[in-house]
Amino acid sequence: MSKRLSKTQDNAVYAGVWLACFAPLAWLAWRGFSGDLGANPIETLIRQLGVWGLRLLLVGLVITPAARILRKPRLVRFRRTIGLFAFAYVTLHLFSYIGIDLFFDFGQLWKDILKRPFITLGMLAFVLLIPLAVTSTNGWVIRMGRAAWQRLHWLIYLIVPLGVAHYYLLVKADHRPPLVYGAVFLALMGWRVWELRKRAQQTPA
Amino acid sequence: MLIRHAPDLTDNDVTDPGVYLQRRTLMAGLAGLGLAGFAGQANAALTYTKGFSTTEKPTPRKDVTTYNNFYEFGVDKGDPAEKSDRFKPRPWTVRIDGACEAPRTVGIEDLIAGNKLEERIYRMRCVEGWSMVIPWVGFPLKDLLASVKPTSKAKYVAFETVRRPSEMPGQGWNTLDWPYVEGLRIDEAMHPLTLMAVGLYGDVLPNQNGAPLRLVVPWKYGFKGGKSIVRITLTEKPPATAWNKLAPREYGFYANVNPAVDHPRWSQATERRLGEFRRRETLPFNGYGEWVADLYRGMDLKRFY
Repeated sequence: MSKRLSKTQDNAVYAGVWLACFAPLAWLAWRGFSGDLGANPIETLIRQLGVWGLRLLLVGLVITPAARILRKPRLVRFRRTIGLFAFAYVTLHLFSYIGIDLFFDFGQLWKDILKRPFITLGMLAFVLLIPLAVTSTNGWVIRMGRAAWQRLHWLIYLIVPLGVAHYYLLVKADHRPPLVYGAVFLALMGWRVWELRKRAQQTPA
Repeated sequence: MLIRHAPDLTDNDVTDPGVYLQRRTLMAGLAGLGLAGFAGQANAALTYTKGFSTTEKPTPRKDVTTYNNFYEFGVDKGDPAEKSDRFKPRPWTVRIDGACEAPRTVGIEDLIAGNKLEERIYRMRCVEGWSMVIPWVGFPLKDLLASVKPTSKAKYVAFETVRRPSEMPGQGWNTLDWPYVEGLRIDEAMHPLTLMAVGLYGDVLPNQNGAPLRLVVPWKYGFKGGKSIVRITLTEKPPATAWNKLAPREYGFYANVNPAVDHPRWSQATERRLGEFRRRETLPFNGYGEWVADLYRGMDLKRFY
């Protein structure tokens, strides 16, 4: 099955992933310019950017299990692109909250961070994402050493639940959407635990 | 109690009746073409006089009718407009009972014919931090309550929303404890600003805005305004209200608009008026303090939020 793709085919697949990650942003921008974001466009924009950030973070966590289960190890090369897109959405989410919703009222931002648990958790998740985005290049993997780099990037297992909690605490009554994201995260973590156990059993002590 | 007209009111701020008449002619034309779906709404224009109103610019009709919190139809703001076609607001009766001498059941058409309808353009501040300006058509709740002769035991009023899971897809899930119940203290209910709305922008209420009959209490957060009301009960004890039951720390019984008392999870100091870019300051009692602050004299509004 694992027929080697030609260079052109490989680039085409890559372009497809890139476009898929970019599409929600383009769609949002298009709706924004054509006045199709509803009665409260600022809220829609901020919410959608956040939701897509969280979705892409989860897609990033799907890659490893998918590569193993489907026996397509080369899927892993998309992880960086997806992760950086997730970071881009989260950054735009935060900037639109600060720039458009608060209109750069940094006093209010600071109060929100201290007083509003959902903002506190969201900010924390964002801050933790920064080192992961910065060290996403091959150069950084080499500089840090594979093992240390890997350990740093385990932060993602903290960031995603923080993102889910950020969403959960914002909702007024219907907690189903954030719970669905939480369940997806737990399922992906469950697979990892199962995989680790299996490997531990296969390696004699 | 007598309310004087807001000093800033001018007729220019109210949609010219000519505009409506033109629209009706257009709709009548559509009806002639057999577009019954449109005609149903067109026949629904109401006759009313102009009442107590703000001079602020009303939020466009499209926004008022597509951005709604009405969880009976779903939790997204677009759900009420998109998922309320199956809802039948007519025929409709309201039961008014409890601590009163003359309980009655009254049909919606009789309510509309039997009351002097007024247009009142009110600000509406949602507990979520956004606001609109809405031209309601309705009559004061006090007129309706007076008709059942409340007894001295009538200290509170409960408003019950219809429960029809087959017509209201959001009721298929227990987001809130259906049926939705809201409540007021009797003096709040008897206040001349408290409105029973049957119309919006000159026409009968669309389903997504609480057809055929809803409560409007302009100095309180929007969730106090029960929609699609089937029962109004005068009670001695405060009724258990929907949002208060779900999260008592977040949604008080009073729910008066108050920039000084934050929702535990977000600030209430500012609001986004739909259509405006910058947030604006939220006013105590949503700007109606001049008329209603007396109702709460001596009360600690931080405690009774």
